[in-house]
Amino acid sequence: MAFLFLCAVLSVVTTAGIVVVLLAEAIPFFTHVNIFDFLTGTEWRPLFANKSFGALPLLSATAMIALMAMAVAFPIGLLTSIYLSEYAPSWIRETVKPALEVLAGIPTVVYGFFVISFIAPTIVRPIFHSETIFTALGASLAMGIMLIPMVASLSEDAMRAVPNGLREGAYALGANRFQVSVKVVVPAALSGIVAAGLLALARAIGETMIVTIAAGGIPNLSGNPLEPMQAMTAYIMEVASGDTARGTVEYQSIFAIGMLLFIFTLGLNLIARWFIGKFREEYE
Amino acid sequence: MNAPPPTLIGEITAKLGKKWSSWLFAGLAISATGFGVLCLAVLLFVVARDGLGGLDWNFITSFPSRKPEDAGILAALMGTLWVMGLTCLFFVPVGVGAAIYLEEFARRNWFTKLIETNISTLAGVPSVVYGLLGLAVFVFGMNLGSSIVAAAATLTLLVLPITIVASREGLRSVPPSMREAAMALGATKWQAVWHQVLPAGMPAVLTGIILALGRAIGETAPLIAMGAFTSVFFVPTSPTDTFTVLPIQIFSWVARPLPGFQENAASGIVALLIVLLLLNSVAVALRYMYARRRSW
Repeated sequence: MAFLFLCAVLSVVTTAGIVVVLLAEAIPFFTHVNIFDFLTGTEWRPLFANKSFGALPLLSATAMIALMAMAVAFPIGLLTSIYLSEYAPSWIRETVKPALEVLAGIPTVVYGFFVISFIAPTIVRPIFHSETIFTALGASLAMGIMLIPMVASLSEDAMRAVPNGLREGAYALGANRFQVSVKVVVPAALSGIVAAGLLALARAIGETMIVTIAAGGIPNLSGNPLEPMQAMTAYIMEVASGDTARGTVEYQSIFAIGMLLFIFTLGLNLIARWFIGKFREEYE
Repeated sequence: MNAPPPTLIGEITAKLGKKWSSWLFAGLAISATGFGVLCLAVLLFVVARDGLGGLDWNFITSFPSRKPEDAGILAALMGTLWVMGLTCLFFVPVGVGAAIYLEEFARRNWFTKLIETNISTLAGVPSVVYGLLGLAVFVFGMNLGSSIVAAAATLTLLVLPITIVASREGLRSVPPSMREAAMALGATKWQAVWHQVLPAGMPAVLTGIILALGRAIGETAPLIAMGAFTSVFFVPTSPTDTFTVLPIQIFSWVARPLPGFQENAASGIVALLIVLLLLNSVAVALRYMYARRRSW
């Protein structure tokens, strides 16, 4: 019994551990680097002689790639969930859902390979004439594909939780399937759909291998998605896979970046949970 | 009576007519669904096209090499087996234990609620952050170095939330009458859970475990963050050895410009996907076996 209790408590210990570990290295980092310069500086040169720790290039790359990925994943995922929940005959649903689960279960390093070997050379380069195959756009397209199943399955859950009485009432008033889907089911499931989008966005911000492999890995404060960029997670990979000694400012900097990641994703998750809670209140 | 305010949907419907707009929308929704499936097909095709040719016995039994045609995945494959075996030893008892506690024994109070909220929040923490946790606590704090046991401990923390959530759902699907019947016959709460509820909920619990293991096998970022090596030229023989795993080996090949290494990466991916496929077939088989015995 005590063992079972400890198992459950381990999750709280893990969270506490994450916070303590991130703070333990981030606080000394901020004694070297002014936190205001860190958040607003535009030069990220941690590995050069004249170091500079302005995180804006990393923040903007992460934001840009994540938002472009959502621009792909959200509409496609939402339409997929509408189709699966409101239109598809059961045999199609039974075939498409496992296929999407497979897509969701593919390791992200494989998506990175997919950008380099297919998306970048056959789609991004010929159509947009990028100078290199390592672009923010290529990474975000793959990330968008990766997130489709997540958006689709979470918003389908929300739509299936909409009581059938609402649909039947609309049909009885003469609405067709399109009107029922778009004007009744989607608005009724809206908070669940918003939560799905927020959770997918959090996942996009924390996604690591795709941006490490495919986005180029050069800190670059730019609005042009056809340039190479380095996202926050890709920077952590760069430092961790090199041989940076413990206790140096570079070592501490990955924990400072990690703390920002943790705060962003935690915030998005908490907001998403609030939306889900609101949704449950409405129908339970 | 006031006319309803014009909306985009309203305008489209008015222009196209109710029937056509409905068809148009259905077409859009079907294409979106098809797009996801198409992406999966193209991805698998590209991987198979580049990777099947290089996947031979030589590739499976060789160490990494500077020459792409000599390189293989022996160290990575064995590393994956070691790390996954050890991870299973850690997360299965802890994950199922936590699920049993929360579902069967925990009182509904603020602390239980805190644990539950905490578990669902942990599921959303990026995996690379777990890597930083492992780096500071297991690699340096406990002085385990970038070893197999440190990796297994890190991955255990990473997959615990998934395991706990799935196992709880499995236990919840067992009807209360089974618990009540066992206890009416004189079983203690413990005996009821251990001999009746857990076996009955086993298919879902196992599915959760395999889902979690599938996630752990594919993880790259947390292991690199905790300092795992990319090129390893030996088969690990103890949990304190350094190691590499398949996804890391694939990553190190993808990162090299020579075309031969891209093919190695693709072959490595085929091997990784085959391992994942085998794992999932075990899940399906187990589910089927248990489902036949289930009679409510």
